[in-house]
Amino acid sequence: MSAAPAGRGPWDGISFAERMATVDFRVGARAHIAVDADVCRSCTTKACVSACPANLFAPTSDGGILFNYEECFECGTCYMVCDSEGAITWTYPDGGHGVVFHHG
Amino acid sequence: MPEVLEFDAVVVGAGPAGASAALALARAGRSVVLVERGPFPGSKNVYGGVVYGRVLDEIVPNWWEEVPVERWVVRRSTMMMTGTQSLSIDYRTDAWGAAPYNGMTTLRCHFDAWLAGKATDAGARLVTSTVAAGLVRDGAGRVVGVRTDRDGAELHAPVVVACDGVNSFLAKEAGLLPRAEASHHTLGVKEVLDLPPGAINERFAVQDHEGVDIEILGCTRGVPGGGFLYTNATSVSIGVVLSLPELAASGIRPEEFVADLKAHPSIAPLLRGSTLREYAAHLIPEGGYDTMPALAADGLLIAGDAGAMTLAAGIWLEGVNFAIGSGYAAGRAADRALTAGDCSAKGLASYRADLEGQFVLADHKRLRKAPALVLSDRVQQRYPGLVCDLVEGMFTVTNPAPKAGGLKVTRRAAARHGVSLLQLATDTLRGLRIFG
Repeated sequence: MSAAPAGRGPWDGISFAERMATVDFRVGARAHIAVDADVCRSCTTKACVSACPANLFAPTSDGGILFNYEECFECGTCYMVCDSEGAITWTYPDGGHGVVFHHG
Repeated sequence: MPEVLEFDAVVVGAGPAGASAALALARAGRSVVLVERGPFPGSKNVYGGVVYGRVLDEIVPNWWEEVPVERWVVRRSTMMMTGTQSLSIDYRTDAWGAAPYNGMTTLRCHFDAWLAGKATDAGARLVTSTVAAGLVRDGAGRVVGVRTDRDGAELHAPVVVACDGVNSFLAKEAGLLPRAEASHHTLGVKEVLDLPPGAINERFAVQDHEGVDIEILGCTRGVPGGGFLYTNATSVSIGVVLSLPELAASGIRPEEFVADLKAHPSIAPLLRGSTLREYAAHLIPEGGYDTMPALAADGLLIAGDAGAMTLAAGIWLEGVNFAIGSGYAAGRAADRALTAGDCSAKGLASYRADLEGQFVLADHKRLRKAPALVLSDRVQQRYPGLVCDLVEGMFTVTNPAPKAGGLKVTRRAAARHGVSLLQLATDTLRGLRIFG
């Protein structure tokens, strides 16, 4: 089976937006993820795009990466799979903000 | 000048490791602050779903009378599957349904909050919604506290116990953990699905308060990992665990693996009519004993996932008990070091010795070769199909053709999956050596 386009479900009748709508996010004012667009443009794999379980990374037409920090699980997958040291700067959101799991 | 608060010990992270460390320190009469970045303990935590509680026997006597449990696991199933087949080894016992029990399903916001409550009852001070953003060091480089994101306020103590989870930025800052090592980590993706308790009882063949733990191999399209399905009181937790490098290389989205599993002919009937309650994801440190960092530096101990304590050894998948065991031992070691007036790495070295002498590092050491075998290509990609074909070959009645013998069926199944009998024998022996 080939990979479906990122975030294009539904594979099981539940769209990606519906999945994410079940999660409690207390979005902070400060972005806790930063991406170095120059490094991303030279990246051929862009592993963050498909591996991020919250689908926060999107490739842009000029070869860069557009990201969104608001609905982040704070798992760390993006910087772990990133090919280039330092392309993704990742910290925790400010205290009390970010994802709040109620059924973890 | 930022505000500075002084304690005997600072514990970072109010998960099971941190709560246990704070509990041990508070019981020893130490002033201890437990810093949690989420709004409440457990709010940042996700796991598959089963806690093995016996580690609590000496920490919270009769813990089973008060722990926030969903169901007591009385059935444990290991399922090997292909897209159209599955073979289950299913075990049920009354023994696991009575005190002191074996495994329990519980949700982390309930369990972690309960354990952190034990620490605060004993006198620990819990501070939530606060990130420990960095280490504070003295002129000699020893850790003497943490800097928080609350107006830069600092919490100072002769010893810091970092229980700040799989991404532990404190352990990384101290040079104990590599910045990013994808091959030592898996991604857990989970969905909690609401299902009426009556449907759970009927479909999983259990009674109220009894639960089921199903571990699944062969459901991850060749990406090293596995699946799980656990019963909660009024919901089920289903998900997959995926090795990071191969997940990234596959280009397949994480939630698609979960959707695949939910649609499997052996799983879908169990979930029919359920509704999605919460989607979640979290990293798991799965490298085992050989990838564990040093557990102490001057003024610093690490425990739980920060110290890669999760045991992911195929047939045994445990983590919360290892977090509790290591956290409590870290708290006790910190107390001893405070008494001796030596919180250097040397003064804190009794922590590692303690862990080696109990299940935490004894189990890890014994099973150190398990992750590599369980995540190997043959176990992941060939054996689930091989054993399914083997069983299908044994039990498919092909009259008028006579039955093939067991050896012939085995040889045929092995050949179909590109495995030689020698490889099969070698891996069996390897498995016996590791798990036996």
